[in-house]
Amino acid sequence: MPAKLDLFMNHFTSLLFRLTFLFTILLAPVVSEAQVEMADNFRGEGKIYVVIAIILIILTGFFYLLYRLDKKTKRLEKEISQNED
Amino acid sequence: MGYLLKTNWWKWLCIILLTYTIIGGLLLPVPKLPILNETIRVLHFHVPMWFGMILVFTGSVIYAIKYLKTNNSKFDIYSSQLASTGIAFGVLGIVTGMAWAAYTWGEPWSNDPKQNASAVSLLIYLAYFVLRNSLNDEQQRSRISAVYNIFAFTLMIPLLFILPRMTDSLHPGNGGNPALSAVDLDNDLRKVFYTAVIGWTLLGYWIASINIRLSLAHQKIENAS
Repeated sequence: MPAKLDLFMNHFTSLLFRLTFLFTILLAPVVSEAQVEMADNFRGEGKIYVVIAIILIILTGFFYLLYRLDKKTKRLEKEISQNED
Repeated sequence: MGYLLKTNWWKWLCIILLTYTIIGGLLLPVPKLPILNETIRVLHFHVPMWFGMILVFTGSVIYAIKYLKTNNSKFDIYSSQLASTGIAFGVLGIVTGMAWAAYTWGEPWSNDPKQNASAVSLLIYLAYFVLRNSLNDEQQRSRISAVYNIFAFTLMIPLLFILPRMTDSLHPGNGGNPALSAVDLDNDLRKVFYTAVIGWTLLGYWIASINIRLSLAHQKIENAS
């Protein structure tokens, strides 16, 4: 009987070890992910939208400049082709 | 390029894609990685500079070859203006890379093979303009710079893609680790990254197209007088 119990305990502990090992592997990425600092609070407080708004304003400004430059070039091209005729 | 000079729809596409890049690039979820933290978002701005540079230089070398085939000075203007836009993209790529490296690799310039090779490649392209400006005869200038353009482009390929991969490098995509693998570029990043590449490249072609039209106008005025 003690021998049988011993065998059972052996099996049990090895199973326990395997389970712990398995959980460690499974949980490792979750744990390490939690430790990586991200700007979660910043996003939560909503201030990130201010940044996006400002970048978008600047981007729009540059697009507008490009658009105007495009127009000016077109006018110049027209003038030149009219002078040719 | 001829088609791009005549049409406008792709400029609107560029505006839409870049607006999406800013909003999506700053707001959409990103993988949580140690050291990189939120700077992973730089991927949508730093990497497209290099993709854009390569795509603009590809256009440049195509027109260099076309010039050599046809001797049409129009193609020389296409080629040189695309090259100058490409250099601007490359400089922005290297400066943004240095800023990113300062916070992730510890110093802006660590003499990493990728950094050195991209600097050499940019210097080769800068020499293209030194060469252009040093030649006075128009035909000679166009012909020699077209040949040099092909040389610069073919040198850029091993400098950016092969040599850094043969040694250890901190830069993703080198020293054995591919940059566009599932680990480096997960599906959250892909949603923005590809549109960012197309958007920034179109912006490059937009700027180049204005420069080309101004150059063509300048040439017409000179020919008329």
